Amino acid sequence: MVNVSALSDPQPKLVARAVSVYYGGKQALFDIDLDIMSREVTAFIGPSGCGKSTFLRCFNRMNDLIDDCRSTGSMLLDGSDIAGPDVDVVQLRMRIGMVFQKPNPFPKSVYDNVAYGPRLHGMAPTRGDLDEIVETSLRRAGIWDEVKDRVDQPGTSLSGGQQQRLCIARAIAVRPDVLLMDEPCSALDPIATATIEELIDELKSEYTIIIVTHNMQQAARVSQKTAFLNLGRLIEFDETQKIFTNPSEPSTQDYITGRFG
Amino acid sequence: MLLSYLPLLIIALFGAGAFYASRARISAAPQRSLPGLPGHYGWYGTLWTVVPATLVYAAWTIIDDRVIRNVVLSDFPDLSGAAATLLYVSIENAAAGVMTDDVPMASVELLLHLENLSAAARFALVTAVSVLGFFWGWRRIRPELTARDRVETALLVALFIASIIAILTTVGIVLSLVVETFRFFQLVSPFEFFFGLEWSPQIALREDQVAASGAFGAVPVFAGTLLITVIAMLVAGPIGLMSAIYLAEYAHPRVRAVIKPLLEILAGIPTVVYGFFAALVLAPSMRNLGVDLGLTISSESALAAGLIMGIMIIPFVSSLSDDIMTAVPMSLREGSYGLGATASETIKRVILPAATPGIVGGFMLAISRAIGETMIVVMAAGLAANLTANPFEAVTTVTVQIATLLVGDHEFDSEKTMAAFALGLTLFIVTLALNVVALRVVQKYSERYE
Ligand SMILES: Nc1ncnc2c1ncn2[C@@H]1O[C@H](COP(=O)(O)OP(=O)(O)OP(=O)(O)O)[C@@H](O)[C@H]1O
Ligand SMILES: [Mg+2]
Repeated sequence: MVNVSALSDPQPKLVARAVSVYYGGKQALFDIDLDIMSREVTAFIGPSGCGKSTFLRCFNRMNDLIDDCRSTGSMLLDGSDIAGPDVDVVQLRMRIGMVFQKPNPFPKSVYDNVAYGPRLHGMAPTRGDLDEIVETSLRRAGIWDEVKDRVDQPGTSLSGGQQQRLCIARAIAVRPDVLLMDEPCSALDPIATATIEELIDELKSEYTIIIVTHNMQQAARVSQKTAFLNLGRLIEFDETQKIFTNPSEPSTQDYITGRFG
Repeated sequence: MLLSYLPLLIIALFGAGAFYASRARISAAPQRSLPGLPGHYGWYGTLWTVVPATLVYAAWTIIDDRVIRNVVLSDFPDLSGAAATLLYVSIENAAAGVMTDDVPMASVELLLHLENLSAAARFALVTAVSVLGFFWGWRRIRPELTARDRVETALLVALFIASIIAILTTVGIVLSLVVETFRFFQLVSPFEFFFGLEWSPQIALREDQVAASGAFGAVPVFAGTLLITVIAMLVAGPIGLMSAIYLAEYAHPRVRAVIKPLLEILAGIPTVVYGFFAALVLAPSMRNLGVDLGLTISSESALAAGLIMGIMIIPFVSSLSDDIMTAVPMSLREGSYGLGATASETIKRVILPAATPGIVGGFMLAISRAIGETMIVVMAAGLAANLTANPFEAVTTVTVQIATLLVGDHEFDSEKTMAAFALGLTLFIVTLALNVVALRVVQKYSERYE
C-alpha cells in the first residue's frame, strides 16, 4: 500500500485554493488556502459557526445537497480537481469517506450497515468477498470482537460508542483514502471517546484524516496539524505542537486558552 | 316568538353583569394573596348566574311540548296513536296559520293560549333562577373562596361532558347497528348473508309483493367493494407514492410548498363532483374506447368508478407518505450520500425501508376511505350486484347498497332496512380494523426516531 514516491516527495493529498462558500447571499467561508498531507491527522478547530463543518463538507461535496449553497475556488485530490461540475461525485465520495457528529447507522443489521457501500458499488462479487470486507472493516474499526456474534442485529441496538465505530467501519468498507470526521465524539462519553481516539491513531497509518473538534485536548492528542478558523477565515494552520504551545496569532492563543469562543 | 328567546338574552346579560359585579366585589375586598385572579371570581359569579338558569330553560323547553299536547288532546279521550298525532299536527298547523278543514277551533285557541302561558312562565322562572344564582354566587365571593380551583373544575367538567357526548353518540350508533343487525339475522341467516351469492333485495311497491322477498347473499356486494377498492389502490398507490417521493426527496422547497397543497385540494373536492365527472365524462369515453378496441365496457363500470376514486385518494397516500419520508432523519440521507450513493439508491435502500411501516399505514387509511366512499360509486359503478372480477362490468358496493336500501318508502322494520344495518355493521368493523391497525403502525413508526 505504501507509495514510495509519496514518501520521498511529500505531495499534499488535498489542496484547497481560494475556497469561498456561500449559503444564499451569506458568505460562510472566505478565500481559504490549505494543504492536507497524506497519512496525517489534521484537526479543524474554531468557535461555533466559524465554518469548520462547511469547509469539511467541501471535500466530499456534501454541500451539494443543500439547495442554496454554492462555492468558488479550487480543490484538488491527489492533484486532480474535485470541485468542478464534471467531477464524478460518486467516485469522489468513495475515495473520501465521512463520519458524522451523531452516529447515524441505518436501521438495518450491523452486517448490512457495513455492506451498504460495497454492495452499492459492486465491490464484492460473491457473498464470501462481502463477508470478508465486512469482517476486515469491523476489525479495523476495532469493534469486531464486540459485534461478531450479533452482526444480524440492528445497528441501532448498539451503544453510542459502538454505533460510531460501526459508522467508521461503514465508511472504511468502501476503501477510501481520506476520512472526514465532523465532531465524531461529541455525542459520546469519555470512555467511548478514548476508544475512538485510539482508533484514529491507528487509522492514520492508512488514511488521511481530517477531524473537526471542539475539544482542545482531543485536537492536541490525535492530530499532527491543526487549522484554526474564525468567522469563516483560516487564521492559522501549523503543526499541532506549535499551535498549542506557541501560536503566532494572538486570536489563536485566546481561543485555545479559552478566552473566547 | 320573541318571548321564547328572551330568557337566553336575559341569562347572557345577567351573566356578563355577574362577571363584573363579582370581580368588583373581590377587588374591593381587603387585598391579600387571593386563591385566584379577580377574573376567576368574575367567572365564578357568572357560572352561578348562567348554568342553573340555562338548565332550567332547557328542561322546560323539552318538557312543555309534551305537557301542552297532553292537555290539548285530553279533550279527545277516544283518539289515540296515529289518529291523535294526525289531529295534533293539524291543530299545530292551524295555530301556525296554515288552515285546514275540520280543525276544532277551540283546541287551536287552547294551544295558542297554553303556548303563550308556557313561554311567559318560562321567562319568569328563568329570570328568577338567574337572579337567585347571581345573588347566591355574589354572596359567596370572599377572599377565602378558592375561585381558581372552582373555575378550573367547572371547565374540566364541561370538557369532560363534551367528550362523553361524543363517545355516547358513537356508542349509541354502534349499539343500534348491532341491535338491528341482530334482528336482521333472525330473519335471514348469517350464513346466507356472508356466503350467499345472490343479492336482490327487491323493493316492495305493494303489500302483496313482499311475498317475493329478496335474496340477501352479500358476497357480490363485498366482491364489488373489493374490486373497486383494488382498482382505486392500483391508481392511488403508485401515483401517490411516486409523487410523495418526488415531494420529499427531489422537489425544491418552493416547488414543494406549491405542489403539496395543490395535491391536498384533491381531497377537498366534494365526492359528488368526482362522481359526475366519472359518470358523465370518464365512463362514456371509456365505453367509446371499448367500442373502438372491440371490448364491451358497460357505461357504468367498476373501472370508471375505481379510476376516479383512485384519483380522489391520491392525497391520502401521498400526503402521509411524504410526511413520513420527510421525518426520516437527514443524518441517514447524509450517511448514504456520504458513501457515494445516488438519490435513487438512497431512496430505495434507506428512505423507503425506513418509511415502509408509515407508508403502509397511509395505504390502509386510503383503503378504508375507498371502502367507505359512496357517491362516486353510486354515480359511476351502478347498482347491479354482479358477482364478477371483470372491471368493465357494472358492480355495486356496500355503501351504495346501504344508500339504495334506505332511500324510498318502506317500513322501518322490513328486511331491506335491516339488511342495510347488517351491511353497515360489516363496513364499520372492516374500516375500524383497518384504521386501528393503520394508526398503530404509524404510531409505532413515529416512535422510532425519537
Ligand atoms: N444549511 C445552511 N444554510 C444556511 N446557513 C448555514 C447552513 N449551514 C451552516 N450555515 C451557516 O454557515 C456558517 C458556518 O456554519 P458551520 O456549520 O460550518 O459552522 P461550524 O464551525 O461547523 O459550527 P459548529 O462548531 O457549531 O458545528 C454559520 O454561520 C451557519 O449559520
Ligand atoms: Mg459543525
